[in-house]
Amino acid sequence: MIQLAIDLAFVLEKAILIGGIISVSLLVAMYSTWAERKVAGFMQDRLGPNRAGPFGLFQPLADGLKLFMKEEIIPNASNKFLFILGPGLAMMTAMMTSAVIPWGKQIEIFGRTVDLQIADINIGILYIFAVLSMGVYGIMIGGWASNNKFSLLAALRGASQMISYELAMGLSIIALLMLTGSLSLKTIVELQSASGGWWNIAYQPLGFLIFIVCAFAECNRTPFDLPEAENELNFGYHQEYSSMKLGFYLFAEYINMFMSSVLMATLYFGGYDIPFVNDASLIESMGMNLVAVLQGLSLFLKAAFFIFVFMWVRWTIPRFRYDQLMHLGWKVMIPLALFNMLITAIVVLIRENGWPF
Amino acid sequence: MNITEILFWLLTAVALGGALLVVTSKNPVYSVLALIATFFALSGHYILLNAQFLAVVNLIVYAGAIMVLFLFVIMLMNLNTETEPQKNKWLKLAGTIAGGCFLLVLVAALREADSKSTMALVGEGDTGLIQNLGKALFNEYVIPFEISSVLFLSAMVGAVVLGKK
Repeated sequence: MIQLAIDLAFVLEKAILIGGIISVSLLVAMYSTWAERKVAGFMQDRLGPNRAGPFGLFQPLADGLKLFMKEEIIPNASNKFLFILGPGLAMMTAMMTSAVIPWGKQIEIFGRTVDLQIADINIGILYIFAVLSMGVYGIMIGGWASNNKFSLLAALRGASQMISYELAMGLSIIALLMLTGSLSLKTIVELQSASGGWWNIAYQPLGFLIFIVCAFAECNRTPFDLPEAENELNFGYHQEYSSMKLGFYLFAEYINMFMSSVLMATLYFGGYDIPFVNDASLIESMGMNLVAVLQGLSLFLKAAFFIFVFMWVRWTIPRFRYDQLMHLGWKVMIPLALFNMLITAIVVLIRENGWPF
Repeated sequence: MNITEILFWLLTAVALGGALLVVTSKNPVYSVLALIATFFALSGHYILLNAQFLAVVNLIVYAGAIMVLFLFVIMLMNLNTETEPQKNKWLKLAGTIAGGCFLLVLVAALREADSKSTMALVGEGDTGLIQNLGKALFNEYVIPFEISSVLFLSAMVGAVVLGKK
């Protein structure tokens, strides 16, 4: 007989945490679609969706229902297995990032202290990069399996764009890591929220700028939405998709957007740190659970602001041309990131060893 | 049989099955996908050996970057089962013999290793953690490390020069 030595309470705790975080991410992504249309309406002096429910709040439900009801079409000449695998991969890689993000400090339930983080691994940031680089496959496999030249072109564009911007993103993160000296996201947040500690944006403004531009490119958002440039490629890599498989691709984009917003808040804006307040003394006066809720709320507000920035940029800036995109990625972003890294390294070295001359 | 053993055998099965699929599948795109699955299983093994940094770098570099380039080439050249050129019989035989010899050497070299019966070192070995690895690389092995980085740089410059032609 196989005996499994597993702490049942631990498994249950993590399962509930994973379920909770995934449903919250899905909910946020759902209402991001609504918010996007509202923001677009506001920018273009329209009302946006306002028929379904108060302020059009039921619009995402209606859209989801519509996508479910649509006919499922799998093209004859496509590769059936990969055609179905593509959107699934896109969705899965979008969700996987949430595993290492700390959503709050700790809560206490039934005498157990529960960390509000699925896995505090000591290579948190590298894990995120690994997942990000997997995100390419959803697009590539879907685009290739459709057996459509436009889809294939869009998929190749998307993949090369994501690989190019991943480099600059990684280099901008390295400068941050030199300052914090840790790859664990939890430690990075704790360093920022410690009393007297500043948010990393104060030390790394250039790094943050590079990071946000690369995040736009990684999420395939305007101005870098070349993979779905409809004036050149019809509908991009998901041209042949219909029904909920198309929904998965579109939804994965919004989840990616949410995750990169949370990541930006975590890395550069203090994560779950409540601004202008000493969290440690707040825990003593208000109790652990209430503070954890406030911290989660603070992280969500920061993330919501970045989601708004994503939308703001989308409805303001026109799309890049492909050569401009590559030029920006390789000839502007990477040298800037290297420069940032060099300056940070020099400053860190001088701070640790003193002025050598 | 505890949970690490189950994981070990599961990962081993995935790795071996994936590696077999790479060789046997007719469609090159399937081969690449099977290779990616193999890399994932190997990364799982690294994590079982408490070498998290190695695991994640294996994913980023091999599964994330190199395999994407493979897919790129295969998709752009539109390699299919019909157009794939069949290698001649002697070449296949030579390949099999070379691979078998390599396996023999590997088995012979690892037969006397002291860790051959350890399946997993969960939370034990610490050489694979990023801190220790970094210290070892930049203290004991700093010269080989720098030389290999120069090698990479020259390869990059070479690729750019070839690409410009």
